[in-house]
Amino acid sequence: MTDSPSYDANRWRRFDDWDNRPLRQDQFAVEDPENGFSAFAGAADPRPGLTILGGQVTEMDGVPAEEFDMIDAFIATYHIDPHIAEEAMAIPSSDLARMLVDMNVPRTALTRLARGLTPAKLAEAVAQLNAMEIAFAYSKMRARKTPGNQAHVTNAKDDPLQLAADAAIAVALGFDEIETTMRVARNSWSNALACCVGSAVGRAGTLFQCSSEEAEELEIGMAGFTSYAETVSVYGTESAFIDGDDTPWSKAWLAAAYASRGIKMRCTSGAAAELLMGFHEAKSLLYLEARCLCLQRGMGSQGTQNGGIDGAPLASSIPGGVREIMAENLIAVWLDLECASGNDARHSESDMRVAAKVLPYLIGGSDLICSGFGSILKYDNSFNPSSFNGEELEEFLVLQRDFEADGGLTSVEDARALDLRRRAIDALSFVLNDLGLATATTAMKRSVAVASGSNDTDSFAPRDVALISDKIRANAVDVLDVIRSLHRGGFTEEAENLLFLIKLRVSGDYLQTSAIVRDGHVISAINDPNDYSGPGSGYRLTDQRREELVAIRDVLNREEVLRAEAVSEMSEAKSIRYQSMGPATPGTTAHEIVVGVSPGFGSKIFRTLAGHRLSAVLRALETGIERGGGTMRLVRFWHTADTSFLGLSAACLSGSGVGIGLQSKGTAVIHQKDRLPHNNLELFSNAPITTLEHYEQLGFNATVYAGDALPEPVVVPTRGEALGARFHARVALTYAIETAMTEDNSAPEDLKITFLEQST
Amino acid sequence: MTDKLHAKDYPIAETRPERVLGQRGKPLASLTLEAVMDGDVGMEDLRITPQALLQQAQIAKSVGRTALAGNLERAAEMTGIPQAEVMQIYELLRPGRTKSKQELLDTAQRIRSNHKADLLASFIEEAAEFYEKRGLFRKRY
Repeated sequence: MTDSPSYDANRWRRFDDWDNRPLRQDQFAVEDPENGFSAFAGAADPRPGLTILGGQVTEMDGVPAEEFDMIDAFIATYHIDPHIAEEAMAIPSSDLARMLVDMNVPRTALTRLARGLTPAKLAEAVAQLNAMEIAFAYSKMRARKTPGNQAHVTNAKDDPLQLAADAAIAVALGFDEIETTMRVARNSWSNALACCVGSAVGRAGTLFQCSSEEAEELEIGMAGFTSYAETVSVYGTESAFIDGDDTPWSKAWLAAAYASRGIKMRCTSGAAAELLMGFHEAKSLLYLEARCLCLQRGMGSQGTQNGGIDGAPLASSIPGGVREIMAENLIAVWLDLECASGNDARHSESDMRVAAKVLPYLIGGSDLICSGFGSILKYDNSFNPSSFNGEELEEFLVLQRDFEADGGLTSVEDARALDLRRRAIDALSFVLNDLGLATATTAMKRSVAVASGSNDTDSFAPRDVALISDKIRANAVDVLDVIRSLHRGGFTEEAENLLFLIKLRVSGDYLQTSAIVRDGHVISAINDPNDYSGPGSGYRLTDQRREELVAIRDVLNREEVLRAEAVSEMSEAKSIRYQSMGPATPGTTAHEIVVGVSPGFGSKIFRTLAGHRLSAVLRALETGIERGGGTMRLVRFWHTADTSFLGLSAACLSGSGVGIGLQSKGTAVIHQKDRLPHNNLELFSNAPITTLEHYEQLGFNATVYAGDALPEPVVVPTRGEALGARFHARVALTYAIETAMTEDNSAPEDLKITFLEQST
Repeated sequence: MTDKLHAKDYPIAETRPERVLGQRGKPLASLTLEAVMDGDVGMEDLRITPQALLQQAQIAKSVGRTALAGNLERAAEMTGIPQAEVMQIYELLRPGRTKSKQELLDTAQRIRSNHKADLLASFIEEAAEFYEKRGLFRKRY
């Protein structure tokens, strides 16, 4: 390699740039319906069809009853309502599609028809909608009016102290449900107890699940630590189902088992699971999902965790895959199921693909927008990274604010966050000690309280956790033991909160579709049904909720800008003195360069956006002008604060005919009399990245123009920063302060400046 | 039998608390922290009853959710089946766990006579039919 650039590359180097983007780590697959790689049009997708004789389904989607596999049989028996089927199947799919996006067709009319539609018919109808129509239909069809969200709370060490602290944070952020799982299977009881205690801090009613082996998960639920489950997975082909070691009947048995123990339950299915498992039958993602969802409704599951889920990355590798994920979610809500709408396993390394995918759910709402929002850092997520994680959580909060859309979350102030973490850690430590499970040292507790993730903690080691977990199980600790222990430790509020949660199961109110707890009350599709029927209906932000969404941290206002300037004012007072010398008149010397400054320059505003003190900028300009053999005259204009007019006005007063306009925020221009206002000689529009050297060179160049020669223009290099995003709020506030000071026809004044100290 | 519940009666714990009792007959209002501390509340008092599940099934039906109601009705029967047996039957229903249809039919008969679980028994019998048809009584491990 030589230092000189080589121009004999056989490739446009932009492709190298693109190769280095995170996006290019994503794999994309060719559409291949024969091999299962088709979102909407599988090679073996059947045409919709249904024959019912004497109340019995004798043929469904092209398969006669005697050839039904278990899934067909279950759907025909438990999903298809023969009283509705004839009417529903007779409606052309294109009409059904139109009804889905018609705000005048009530949701309940469509959910009624869905009970008579076969999987192929449901798939055929939603496939006719484009992505926007699907998003709209989803928003109209989702079951509960108020949107919600679900968090993952896990960590790489299965450290109970951190689980408790992070659960408390997830509750404070507003998650309606939190889900944990383990790195090591035997730690399940410890994880369950820790999250259970943490989720009782701050407020009551956050539902909690511990994803583990089926039998154990139910046992943990029986002990009262958890209140819901969503691990009941179903699949769209019989072979995949059997490979998953279940049948529709065994899963339906589990569904009843959870309900019989007063535990909320939803099933799980998502595109591409069958493809991943190698049993796709050359059918499309959507058709297989339609089968899964009809099955879930038939089983009597109140809801589904649906929309790609673990298969989301694979589904997204296929053309139309993300649209398909939206389409399957639409089928779920059309079937009147609660939908925890995926946006869970991160489907892409590209932040843009991730944000684009979640947006329809954020603005349209969903029962649970994410079926697992990583409230913890990526490396601590034992389910694998989510679409959004602890790292990106504030981005989600800002998206809520941008779109005035309720994603279910609320900002937490940092002081409160630390208080909650400490409270959760103290509560759990007391319980662990009180129940003879483990003792946490002060150092352990302190390390966890402030840690962003488990890499920063000095807490329980994995072996300790296994022992805690074993003891909880062996001693048959249940939630009442924990409640009593919390009370003994003085954690009465947490004890009350846990008791509230466990009492929910007595009435079973939260077994109804889309049930969550808000403000101490169960809300569900029964008492909070989505009644969208056009603008002004359905879910709308209350004033109070809007205030919560808007309240992100570190927002700028006029007072904040003036406060910051007041700090700078003191240091500037030691650096420079401005003295008004009366009205400015046109200069007469040919080497004079007038620098025209804005009304608030050095009196209200003291630093440029780049942070340079205005005295330093003036010093740099003067140095440059003098290097070019010129002299600087400073004039304050009162009739304008605009850069171009400052510059042109300065040029008109300048003996050389060349002037410099300089705003307080640092934007500068070289102008010449007789030019049009916006046709300047040089402009520094990017004040935030303009250095003092640039200003000095600008001063020098002004003198070159004054000598009627052409200098090398000063180029302020940019690295592509989004300067508008970084500065424009402050610019607008600052500039408004200056424009408010302008007076029409007010005469300019000469300013004498005295530099008081040698500094830049 | 008392009157059937509808959507307007929901949530039952708030609108019809007199209809909500734990398995030992304790009303919700008696399940206080004080009672827990005094040892007057056990896990069985926090267990859902068949009545509560059937009430929720009525509400689900009143808004057209018959499939959900069906599950709640099966669950109501299941409240009477001990946990170990629930899990044992679940295991039997998984693919290849039984060598013949008869084992499932015997199980159905057992819960029908021991627990008056007619819905569940029929459900198992129906599964047995389909399992046989689809050759699921094959060894898997």
